[in-house]
Amino acid sequence: MKILCAVKRVVDYNVKIRVKTDRTGVETANVKFSMNPFDEIAVEEAVRLKEAGVATEIVVVTVGPATAQDTLRTALAMGADRAILVQTDTETQPLGVAKALKAIVAQEAPGLVILGKQAIDDDCNQTGQMLAALLGWGQGTFASRIAAADGGLTVTREVDGGMETLALPLPAIVTADLRLNEPRYATLPNIMKAKKKPLATVTPDALGVDLTPRLTTLSVSEPPGRSGGVKLPDVATLVAKLKNEAKVIP
Amino acid sequence: MPAYVPPLKEIRFVLDHLVGMADVAALPGFGDATPDMVDSILSEAAKIAEHTLAPLNEIGDRQGATLTADKTVRTADGWKDAWQTLIEGGWNGLPFDPEQGGTGLPNLLNTAVHEMWQSANMAFALCPMLTQGAVNAMRLYADDALKARYLPKMVSGEWTGTMNITEPQAGSDLAATRSRAVPNGDHFLVTGQKIFITYGDHDLTDNIIHLVLARLPDAPPGVKGISLFVVPKVLVNDDGSLGARNQVTCVSLEHKLGIHGSPTAVLSFGDEGGAIGWLVGQPNRGLECMFAMMNHARLNVAMQGLAIAERAYQQALGYARDRVQGKPVGWSGDGRFAIVHHPDVRRLLMGMKARIEAMRGLLYTAAAAVDVAHSHADPDERARAALLVDLLTPIAKGWCTETGQVIASDGVQVHGGMGFVEETGAAQHYRDARITTIYEGTTAIQANDLVNRKILRDGGAAVRGLLADIAALGRELGDSPDEALRLTGFALRDSVIHAGDAVEWLLTATGDARLPAAASAHLLELLGLVTGGWQLARAARVATSLLAGGAGDADAAFLSAKPLTARFFATQFLPRVAALRAAIVTGSGAVMALTDEQLFAA
Repeated sequence: MKILCAVKRVVDYNVKIRVKTDRTGVETANVKFSMNPFDEIAVEEAVRLKEAGVATEIVVVTVGPATAQDTLRTALAMGADRAILVQTDTETQPLGVAKALKAIVAQEAPGLVILGKQAIDDDCNQTGQMLAALLGWGQGTFASRIAAADGGLTVTREVDGGMETLALPLPAIVTADLRLNEPRYATLPNIMKAKKKPLATVTPDALGVDLTPRLTTLSVSEPPGRSGGVKLPDVATLVAKLKNEAKVIP
Repeated sequence: MPAYVPPLKEIRFVLDHLVGMADVAALPGFGDATPDMVDSILSEAAKIAEHTLAPLNEIGDRQGATLTADKTVRTADGWKDAWQTLIEGGWNGLPFDPEQGGTGLPNLLNTAVHEMWQSANMAFALCPMLTQGAVNAMRLYADDALKARYLPKMVSGEWTGTMNITEPQAGSDLAATRSRAVPNGDHFLVTGQKIFITYGDHDLTDNIIHLVLARLPDAPPGVKGISLFVVPKVLVNDDGSLGARNQVTCVSLEHKLGIHGSPTAVLSFGDEGGAIGWLVGQPNRGLECMFAMMNHARLNVAMQGLAIAERAYQQALGYARDRVQGKPVGWSGDGRFAIVHHPDVRRLLMGMKARIEAMRGLLYTAAAAVDVAHSHADPDERARAALLVDLLTPIAKGWCTETGQVIASDGVQVHGGMGFVEETGAAQHYRDARITTIYEGTTAIQANDLVNRKILRDGGAAVRGLLADIAALGRELGDSPDEALRLTGFALRDSVIHAGDAVEWLLTATGDARLPAAASAHLLELLGLVTGGWQLARAARVATSLLAGGAGDADAAFLSAKPLTARFFATQFLPRVAALRAAIVTGSGAVMALTDEQLFAA
């Protein structure tokens, strides 16, 4: 089985995000970029499925600028076999990316697409679901465990009430949650090998996909600062406040 | 403890624009070190430094290494897994020959990787540092049989290496070495006690390969009678499997001011007759072999000076940006501002930043020269580079470690009272930095090496050549239309004149042998400042031309800071060169002026 992994280049999770002074977005000049952590988990899972003999080939794909090649090389060093860059300098949004991925799926015919549940830059949490809808495939989102079973997959999902286990026929879409695995560091020999692995670049036009943003960002602002705490005289006041102000108890 | 973020942009700048990574990659055998490969390697090493090694730094400090009842050493929680991460990743073998299981990448790249590991966790990084040093000594001097038995696992890091030099009565003076080695069939029986053995015992690996200095029975006295032996903790069978325990016992661990995570062992060899060992290199030539390891270690300890300074600086900068206290002088308007806007805090931070960049330029220049000295096709180029490495090694070791300590201290100062409190972590850097001016040859030993072997021995030829190059750069920048470059050029030119005076004084101060020794540490600091200024001036020049050539906006703030940082160093630190020159030329005679009676009179 071939696995397609979709990854995104995002501002590194350690960077202290600063809003641009004109409020059109966040500062991206002079900041470190790396692979979206949830996508890293997705790549790790694909590599583990290959090591377990479930998968035979891993193709990693991203939609983004030329610099996103670094992100693809990282995935190749972790163990993906080849990479595809859908190169664009326009802002990527979930629907456009899902359409691009659909076009790549048509070319590659994978049995499984794994991607992170969301990207930590815009936190949309939509691309996997939109791709499933566009393809008409089953989806297992927020996966915390994946196992091959009866020619398909069982996917354990983290849902509000606890864990939900689904049986998914293939082909399918899986989105990775935080606890699915702990991604490995690429080894030095694998970093060296990654350079020799194939990396193809295609344009959205060649795929027949229109990536023009459908959403407009009106304004970006810092979250409001935390207001100071108050000392309460007794438990009764606390209960009253929880009831009437915070409204967390009825 | 605040995070450590590897300064990859700065490292790339130094590699690409200051020390010629491309030229090093063009040396025979380094074809794989292409720019994108260097990026990938540095960013993965950065991840390990940031996410695996840095979080263990405070744990190692708090828990320390401990000696268990059965005389084995346990490292702090998480250290064994961290070692596995390095080994499984193939990082220990980065600079070594692929035939021995290494990856065959340049020393320069290894240096950049080690900078990050030392910044992340100095007490931990000593272990890979010494293991790589032991590999170097074995590679150069061990016979083929010893190499076949030990090298592959030392290259991979499955076994670590140690350097056993010091004995209770033989510290800086190795002539006093007493450990003995007696021939016994195909091997030697080694007896004696060694102290201050870094990672002399630990639980990271199932074997440790000790390189031990000892005397043969017929050895002449002094340093010309010391031989080098390889003594494994566990004997290795012919098929490579581990056999019986050798007679090497960890008697105790030292309680130290810093680097608590690094076990500093007292090792006893041959308590029941003799530990089994094999001779490395020629009899009575052990010091020469050990110096292969020592010179490697000296540049690496110099790197520790830079690395701890970088860590302390990041922490101080972060604190100064967040800590609100008082209204800075010159600020108008309401509200209170972070202390980074106070001029004196900024002076401290700029002093840290400027010297860190100076040290990085110097150390990476030396690291690149090591590659050229080993691998260049032209023997003249090799010789020239080797001369530069020889000259820069004591300057780098002495100046970068002394400076690292000052910067770690400044880091505490920026934190104010909170810096003196252990929980902020600033104090740990200060404590950890304190060893760097001592081990692998104290600053005095470096200064002695600089004066006697690197300056007096060739009549000052090498140092004069280097100063001439620096003066030429100073003259060039002195004509620059840019004010920062021009001021940097003037100060550099002046400092070279003072440096030249100090060197000429040294060359003629032959009447009293105590004079050069009394002047040596000042001369080392003087040359540290001049060569540091040289590196900052080079960085300023290249950054200015990159900006003029239309480097992207993304790098504008980074690049335009370079000439201003160079000017800061040139106007705040290079003036010290004149004072040091005066102290050397007119003050050296005053050092030993008091008689013993006068010294102890009060």
